[in-house]
Amino acid sequence: MSLKGSIDRINGSLVVAKFEAEPKIGDLVEIGSLRLMGEIVRLSEDKAYIQCYEATSSLKPGEPVLDSGKPLVAELGPGVMGTIVDGIERSESKLWELTGPFVSRGTNIVPLDRTKKWAFEPKVMVGGKVRGGDIIGVVQETESFQHRVLVPPELEGTITSIEKGDFTVEDVVGTVETRTGSIGLRMMQTWPVRRPRPVKERLPLMMPLMTGQRVIDTFFPVAKGGAACIPGGFGTGKTVMLQQVSKWADADIIILIGCGERGNEMADVVAHFPEISDPRSGRLLIERTIIVANVSNMPVSAREASIYMGITLGEYYRDMGYDVAVMADSTSRWAEALRDMSGRLEEIPAESGYPAYLADRIAEIYERAGRVVTLGSDQRIGSLTLLGAVSPPGGDFSEPVTTHTLRFVGTFWALDSELAFRRHFPAINWLRSFTRYMTVASKWWSKYERNWEQIRAKALELLEEAAEIEETARIIGEKAMPDEQRLILLLAELLREGFLVQSAFHEVDRYCEAEKQAALLKVIIDFYNLAEPIIRQGIPIEKIRELGIVSELMRLKERKGLQPIDAARIEMRKQISQLAETYEVKVR
Amino acid sequence: MTIEEAGVVYKTTTEIRGPILFIENIKDVAYDEVVRITTPTGYEISGSVLDVSKDYAMVQVFGETSGMDLNVSVRFTGETLRIPVSDELIGRVFSGSLAPLDGLPRPLSTDQRDVNGGTINPAARDVPSEFIQTGLSAIDGMNSLVRGQKLPIFSESGLPHNQVAAQIARQATIPGKEEEFALVFAAMGIKNEEAEFFKEEFEKTGAISKSVMILNLADDPPIERIVTPRIAQTIAEYLAFDLDMHVLTIMTDMTNYAEALRSISIAREEIPTRKGYPGYLYSDLATIYERAGRIKGKKGSVTLMPILSMPGGDITHPVPDLTGYITEGQLILQRELALRGIYPPMNVLPSLSRLMKDGIGEKTTRKDHSDVSNQLYMAYAEGTRARGLVRIVGVVGLSERERTWLEFADQFEQKFVNQGVYENRTIEQTLDIAWDLLAMLPEEDLIRVREAYIKEFHPKYRRAG
Ligand SMILES: Nc1ncnc2c1ncn2[C@@H]1O[C@H](COP(=O)(O)OP(=O)(O)OP(=O)(O)O)[C@@H](O)[C@H]1O
Ligand SMILES: [Mg+2]
Repeated sequence: MSLKGSIDRINGSLVVAKFEAEPKIGDLVEIGSLRLMGEIVRLSEDKAYIQCYEATSSLKPGEPVLDSGKPLVAELGPGVMGTIVDGIERSESKLWELTGPFVSRGTNIVPLDRTKKWAFEPKVMVGGKVRGGDIIGVVQETESFQHRVLVPPELEGTITSIEKGDFTVEDVVGTVETRTGSIGLRMMQTWPVRRPRPVKERLPLMMPLMTGQRVIDTFFPVAKGGAACIPGGFGTGKTVMLQQVSKWADADIIILIGCGERGNEMADVVAHFPEISDPRSGRLLIERTIIVANVSNMPVSAREASIYMGITLGEYYRDMGYDVAVMADSTSRWAEALRDMSGRLEEIPAESGYPAYLADRIAEIYERAGRVVTLGSDQRIGSLTLLGAVSPPGGDFSEPVTTHTLRFVGTFWALDSELAFRRHFPAINWLRSFTRYMTVASKWWSKYERNWEQIRAKALELLEEAAEIEETARIIGEKAMPDEQRLILLLAELLREGFLVQSAFHEVDRYCEAEKQAALLKVIIDFYNLAEPIIRQGIPIEKIRELGIVSELMRLKERKGLQPIDAARIEMRKQISQLAETYEVKVR
Repeated sequence: MTIEEAGVVYKTTTEIRGPILFIENIKDVAYDEVVRITTPTGYEISGSVLDVSKDYAMVQVFGETSGMDLNVSVRFTGETLRIPVSDELIGRVFSGSLAPLDGLPRPLSTDQRDVNGGTINPAARDVPSEFIQTGLSAIDGMNSLVRGQKLPIFSESGLPHNQVAAQIARQATIPGKEEEFALVFAAMGIKNEEAEFFKEEFEKTGAISKSVMILNLADDPPIERIVTPRIAQTIAEYLAFDLDMHVLTIMTDMTNYAEALRSISIAREEIPTRKGYPGYLYSDLATIYERAGRIKGKKGSVTLMPILSMPGGDITHPVPDLTGYITEGQLILQRELALRGIYPPMNVLPSLSRLMKDGIGEKTTRKDHSDVSNQLYMAYAEGTRARGLVRIVGVVGLSERERTWLEFADQFEQKFVNQGVYENRTIEQTLDIAWDLLAMLPEEDLIRVREAYIKEFHPKYRRAG
């Protein structure tokens, strides 16, 4: 069953081999005496082109190649949650134990621990009918995470035995009598990473993914099951934003794919996630997180695979009926890996050297996001939300990865270097970003604030107006502008400092609950509604700016809870009334 | 390099294309293997295998190929590129491919390390968090460096990046600890006088006794630059993770390195991306930069400070751009500031240190550090915006508030950024200067500083007692 061959040529991560018979595209192979892992990416005449997941130094033509006959799969089952794995799902902690702090080649360990025993709690009975996707039992995988053991997608039949107790992932915990015979059920199953896992039905998106980040939740929300693209030049805050979402989003499972980025950022997550708990469930964040770390100085081919690995893991947890959020940082590095391989295969390049199929590949990836009814008989609903960072060369969004990604996502968070330079974080440019999930979000928000939609629209309108006024101010100076316009500038400043800016490192403000977001925005807009009439009646803008409440409005975000906001509202009315009185004008 | 005289010799070179040789009828050649090339006149250089199939190999030559003909003999050594490491490397000066330049013998050791190094397993990495005081306010106050970080200097020709790097090397300390840095210095294509500057500087301070210099100068073979930074990082890793030393690697100029990479890529007729650089420039640079860091359970560290010139001052040029995507921030020197006599001419706005947050605060520097830094950024950004306005509407066209910002920006550059080449400020001094400047602004505009810290550190309240 495994096919033998030998190396014909080595060119970087590309290995060309000849086999005794024709192998299949996508087959995993072992290369050379070092037994490096690779995948067949193209067949041409009598040659197989292999992308090797590990460095190819010292390989020689003539060395043996062994085709496993199987594609790259993810091993799915208990044991991955809370761990850090590489692009082909090898536990990096285990590799460290085995081979020391530097990654060594040819260490072929299996993803799931074969010896560890898990307490399996059955959920079906003998005689019960099951089909693909049904839950046969549960395992407490981490202290707070319950792993649901599913019947593999294509199976259907009657349970003829079911166990209870401690088992390894390979042990048979039940048997099912199918039309073609009796089949053992195990806690582990496998799935080819490049193939989407099947679902029963795709559903419309109904809920926003709440992240506790104001500019996201209030202005540019992403729906559970939706997709977002986060392009930005270096240092504009992509990674921090994805980490913020990982920490605070109301998802059940987080998959963080470090795809060709920094080792230290992965170490940072490993070090800090076990210290933070989810504000809603109180669970430690690490217990719901899987890190797929294929850093920038690891071979590019495994980097290419890492995105598929991460998404497949995500789909598996979605299929259990969970809300999963998958973050890919950065999809540009994935695309570059694709370009690198394509170049070595001497394919005809399209834009910027990327292969012509780049757009299709991007589409395939984002297609795997969604809200679904999973397989199985209980109409479970799960979702997979996909957030992809993009690192455009020179920060220029007109490049292929950004432009293609834009076509397949519902939310676009455009990061802006100018904002990052003045330490306005998250540096999401409110004029260039957009969301297509407003209907979903409006419905959800209306339970916190009846007029949410109007308030949000007013805020955006004021920000847009302020941008135009600033254009003029740049030519004639702010001083020469009418006071009504200067009030809009002041309001934009309030919105920026008091609402949009949100430090990931502030002990209170790093997470802002929905009620507080709504209240904050409302009080700022109310301030405008109070100030605007008295400005029109001739009170100078300087007098408004001097009010003590102005800086209080900017600081409300860092105060805990809603009470300070209510207090500020009262104080705001008082100060404006007093001012109006001195000038003998009417307040609204 | 100590590659023994073994190996098979071929005289079957069929083509020389730029820095690349094509050799036929070979047998048993490995990818990435080192080759020794000898010309009929006895000149010897090394190279390595870039592409190999059953009967031909493509070899990149780390030296000059002009003047070579097809009669060269090529010896395949059967080894990948390794260098001998030992503590005897310390204090030495070598060429870009580790030939002694100081009259002392070739280094020898049974401990041979592959110059490509390994990848530090992300799970084994320790998060860098020890604050390094450089004595430069623009760095310590607003872009703090920590041990194990990679923080490049983006510069332009004619700017004092060498002085800045030398000052950092001279002054870098961990407050409260007396450990000194070992220095690994790698030069790629820089002028002899620049290398001399560093050598003299290291001699003056005594740093030379704990430094290793690897010099590929402007008139040395450009392709040799491919191996120079790798040799430097291999030595740095050895000193840090075998000998427990804290190493600061300075590399200059990475743009020359990237050009060497580009010329090989062009000779291989690869599809270029931006400005002719190969698509793998990002990954290639990462294999050099990512070797900095800390490892759990190891005492030492590798801190990396690459220097690179931005051609035409363009930060979107592929070399600074891709570097910024890999390193943990960047320090940017700007001609305009230098012309106004500011030293270091650091434009703090686009500068960044991503690891600053882990290195500063109550335990290491001061609890107001982060807020003060954020406030300085915001105020300076406002000030530079006001400066732009002045050009159009004049100072009279500014509002009172804008005038304050403007004044702040000027003072900030003069008093905070600007300092002497031998002025070594403590972090407290830096933060105190910052507060004196922030005191120029109305208190209610200090929105990025926690109220409690204003009460504690604002000169107004401190004077009051
Ligand atoms: N929400 C935030 N609050 C405070 N600081 C932030 C925030 N977002 C970003 N930053 C600051 O910006 C720096 C850069 O952010 P980040 O590393 O996320 O950038 P990036 O876009 O991922 O860059 P690259 O493309 O190079 O990876 C951070 O180190 C941090 O100092
Ligand atoms: Mg990032």
